[in-house]
Amino acid sequence: MFPAPIERASRPAQFAYQALIPAALVLWLLPLIAVAVFSIRPDADFANANYWGWPSSFEGITNYSKVFFESDMPRYLLNSVLITVPTVIGAVALSCMTGFALGIYKFRANLWIFFLFVAGNFVPFQILMVPVRDLTLDLGLYNTKTGLVLFHIAFQTGFCTLFMRNFIRALPYELIEAARVEGVAEWRIFWFVVLPLMKPAIAALAVLIFTFIWNDYFWAVVLTQGAESQPVTAGITSFNAQYRAAYHLMSAGSIVAALPPVAMFFLMQRHFIAGLTLGAVK
Amino acid sequence: MAPLPPSTAPRPAPGPAPRSWWRRNQIAITPWLFLAPGILFFAVYVLIPVFQSFNVSLYEWDGLGAAEYVGLRNYEEMYWDDAFYTSLRNNVIWLVLYLLAIPAGLAIALFLNQTVTGIRIYKSLFFFPFVISQVVVGLVFSWFYDPSFGLLNVMLGWFGAGPVNVLGDERYVTYGIIAAGLWPQTAYCMILYLTGLNAVDPEQIEAGRLDNAKGFRMLWHIILPQLKPATFIAFVVTIIGALRSFDLISIMTAGGPFGQSRVLSFYMFEVALSEYGFRMGYGAAIAVVLFLIMLVFITYFLWSMYREERGR
Repeated sequence: MFPAPIERASRPAQFAYQALIPAALVLWLLPLIAVAVFSIRPDADFANANYWGWPSSFEGITNYSKVFFESDMPRYLLNSVLITVPTVIGAVALSCMTGFALGIYKFRANLWIFFLFVAGNFVPFQILMVPVRDLTLDLGLYNTKTGLVLFHIAFQTGFCTLFMRNFIRALPYELIEAARVEGVAEWRIFWFVVLPLMKPAIAALAVLIFTFIWNDYFWAVVLTQGAESQPVTAGITSFNAQYRAAYHLMSAGSIVAALPPVAMFFLMQRHFIAGLTLGAVK
Repeated sequence: MAPLPPSTAPRPAPGPAPRSWWRRNQIAITPWLFLAPGILFFAVYVLIPVFQSFNVSLYEWDGLGAAEYVGLRNYEEMYWDDAFYTSLRNNVIWLVLYLLAIPAGLAIALFLNQTVTGIRIYKSLFFFPFVISQVVVGLVFSWFYDPSFGLLNVMLGWFGAGPVNVLGDERYVTYGIIAAGLWPQTAYCMILYLTGLNAVDPEQIEAGRLDNAKGFRMLWHIILPQLKPATFIAFVVTIIGALRSFDLISIMTAGGPFGQSRVLSFYMFEVALSEYGFRMGYGAAIAVVLFLIMLVFITYFLWSMYREERGR
């Protein structure tokens, strides 16, 4: 293990280390802690310029219930869910298939198609913006969740294919050969042999894509406008315009908007990190 | 491409007498059937639009009316456009400074790579900024920088410095936004290195210790070579992240003050889709330049991956 385990160090060094971690953590999360503190302050504190002193009262419940009951925030949150969940399902389904095709079969165009998916995944969004917006308008899907979902599925398929293909490559190929010898049809090999083995990859991808799509801002701004279809990342700006200078409410709103992926991360931590760091270890 | 329309997608009953043509060609055709929906989606929404953008960049078009062919005039306009050069310069600054996330992430990973009690929760909390949307990161940091109540100026005040209006000052604005971007990016690099450090060969470390390698020499000669895959991924995601920077700029400054914090991705959006007018052609031309910059890196990434694949 590197660096040397702290247990081998002297007593004082160990104590110093134990004290240093929380201190470093507080420093690291300081901007976030500040916002969390803001979100439970009363309005009056901001009027009296009491930004960093002890809050004159704790208004956490008032502030957060305002966000939930007196603003469009629930609507935006619902939109985000209705955009994110279908995207996750669609992208994972498509990439299970592409990953299977590219991971199992040997044919001439295999590597080229794979690289096409990988390259497309790295492309800057702006080069797609004008045509995709135009296409969405033509399909009559501008300012709808469907329009956003379709694009997200297509774009995420690039990354998901990269992920799935590499995962399937690492599976024991003998399983497939054995099934073929038995005369099992190819689609049955996919469904009954490979898919069950892909469960960890599917879980990892699902949490990753959930986070990516939930946090998307650019496409939300390009393809939607207005509370009926905008996700929470775009909605938060209108929310902030509505509560200009009401920092306690804007802080509470931001925390609410950020929370779902955070919850997802803490619930599915193992899968999340396994997904993010795929390929970081040989 | 798959010659078969999806409607013929076969579901051959593995009965006693399967069609022999299908049986003979099953292995050649199946991958194309599995690829068809993915390729279709990806082509319509990603591959074809790239070429369409190249085409649009040769037109003057407001997105609604008729497009007028203007040849390379959009590119000529770009050549004389000061805002374009400001954006380009900022893109370079982003690229260079964003790479700091890699050593910073490594440093935090080394700091946290211990087995004391509660370390797991510390690791998760350090990783936390990456999970939050950039929109919220942008908001959080713009309040952090706020000249009247931001924590930054409170802290500067302790040292008798400040107040500094980071986001209102054209000298600091880009650096201020990059610092906000480095926060989640460093967390990402940290998690990559933590995973990498987990897999470092303990025997080599012990061998190094016997050879009296310590501290930095050990890190440089024994640990870092083994972390190469993690470094490669950190490099890829950081470059992509730097060139994709849009959310933070849009939230924190909207390109200001006086357009000094624009980057190409934001400037393109501004030209094509904001109140400055709907100039799709000019926007597409800027996007093409951004794409070509990215293409250099994409080629390098793919080349590395290709060598890897051949090496197998």
